[in-house]
Amino acid sequence: MNEPAIRLSKLVKVFGETRAVDGLDLEVPAGAVYGVLGPNGAGKTTAVRMIATLLRPDGGEATVFGHDVVREADAVRSRVSLTGQYASVDEEMTGAENLILLSRLLGHRKPAARDRAAELLEAFGLTDAAGRQVKTYSGGMRRRLDIAASILSTPDLLVLDEPTTGLDPRSRNQVWDIVRVVVAHGTTVLLTTQYLEEADRLASRIAVIDHGRLIAEGTPGELKSSVGAGSVHVRLREAADRPEAERLLAEALDAPVHLEADPVALTARIGDGRDEVAAAQASAALARLAGAGIVVDDFSLGQPSLDEVFLALTDHPATEEAAA
Amino acid sequence: MTTTAETTAYVPTPGMLSSVLAPATRPPRPSALSASVTFGWRAMLKIKHVPEQLFDVTAFPIMMTLMFTYLFGGALAGSPTEYLQFLLPGIMVTSVVMITMYTGVEVNKDIEKGVFDRFRTLPIWRPSTMVGYLLGDMLRYIMASVVILCVGLVMGFRPEGGFVGVIAGIALLLVFSFAFSWVWTMFGLLLRSEKSVMGVSMLVLFPLTFLSNVYVDPSTMPGWLQSFVNVNPITLLVSAVRSLMGGAPDTGAVTGVLVASALFVAVFGALTMRLYNRK
Repeated sequence: MNEPAIRLSKLVKVFGETRAVDGLDLEVPAGAVYGVLGPNGAGKTTAVRMIATLLRPDGGEATVFGHDVVREADAVRSRVSLTGQYASVDEEMTGAENLILLSRLLGHRKPAARDRAAELLEAFGLTDAAGRQVKTYSGGMRRRLDIAASILSTPDLLVLDEPTTGLDPRSRNQVWDIVRVVVAHGTTVLLTTQYLEEADRLASRIAVIDHGRLIAEGTPGELKSSVGAGSVHVRLREAADRPEAERLLAEALDAPVHLEADPVALTARIGDGRDEVAAAQASAALARLAGAGIVVDDFSLGQPSLDEVFLALTDHPATEEAAA
Repeated sequence: MTTTAETTAYVPTPGMLSSVLAPATRPPRPSALSASVTFGWRAMLKIKHVPEQLFDVTAFPIMMTLMFTYLFGGALAGSPTEYLQFLLPGIMVTSVVMITMYTGVEVNKDIEKGVFDRFRTLPIWRPSTMVGYLLGDMLRYIMASVVILCVGLVMGFRPEGGFVGVIAGIALLLVFSFAFSWVWTMFGLLLRSEKSVMGVSMLVLFPLTFLSNVYVDPSTMPGWLQSFVNVNPITLLVSAVRSLMGGAPDTGAVTGVLVASALFVAVFGALTMRLYNRK
């Protein structure tokens, strides 16, 4: 498909003094998961709300499958479903009632709406809770109901605004599995997140935004090669071993080693964007430390955190707390 | 990606999810009426889940009727029963118009919730969300009217207009209340909190209902007050309802109420939708 699912050009949204979205350019190809990564207040939600026709842009243009979000709002609405950051379902109604209501609003007649609701409740494992008010649901159940509501009429574009924020790991995995099935079915998914891991696992392309502007864009591989595939975190038993450990790590990893405030901790950003290289380097480094007789209490290889990505891309941390 | 064999309550299976994603032919978008009625159904469900909220359409009107009949009846009309013949249509109007303000409170409570975002991203007739609230509220207005009528009949209200006159009076009251409620949907969208909606509602409703011909004949009032009372739409509505229930329909007043209703919908309906689209 040639036509992108979403095209934003010089999009602007101003709230009072704040330029929440400040000249954002973006092109989201159809048929895949596109991740939008950024800290709180980066403008992700504002951008998403403009795409979903909930907010009117103050400048620039946004089109969804070629339809302008202002001039052809109805055409956009009939192709897009939004699952907001806060559950977009009615707390006081039951799960079944929520789905029947929305199904009716999409044009299904009553018996068809009821069948469709039952079908989705079943597929999302909510049949037992169908008759309970949503306010009694757990976070994961609520999120599942929310996504079910978004695919009552399978949309061409599904927008998920931080779908896993606040969920436990199991519920988060369920959401990821659902997203994979939805995208395999041909729906384009736009996903905002604060977690690099989430974007990496799901998205085929990622945009990093900050202060309402695009600061990096590419495949997860490209993005990681610009910031390093991962970080090695090491904690030693004895603080006295740190200088020696620093030297050994620097040699083995071929990367600058950062000394943490904690006198037994060291960190290094490694790899050139390829996970297997990072893993090989990390195990070699661990062997060197062991060989030198340095006792290691903790050794981990993880993906760079959002803070590290931001440090690498913008020279400032993602959050105020991280700066402190 | 690890797929551990957890014994979880729910494990999404691709097969099952795919089957519900099957591209069933999309139904045509619902008509304006059908979308509005669906939102009306939502309002009914809310009443079903929180029936306590019907307190204000049952207990409050009974209290109003009893209070004012026995408080003023002897002094103003010689006896409570005689006063009731004059007061009942007016107290019915006051009670129903008073409870229209809950429309604004409901809208204001909902607008902050995520579910409103979903409604606003649906390709449906835009005002249907608001019309739905009003349809649900019509049920409340009907309940309040019937409760007052029953209390009145027990207390000795004997309308000259008979069954037809009373039904016509209530119908006119419902038309006006539906139109007047658009004032509250506007405030519900405009103001920041439930409390401020309540505050503004009281500020508007108290003078509007008391400075009218509900309780006493305006000719006993000072001239400057009469001039307000005479242009107050509530006065017009009370005259019309009273005339219908009294069996001598005042065509001028009835027409006036219908025109006022049309104006309320045109002005406040348009303002409401403007705010709704901008929110």
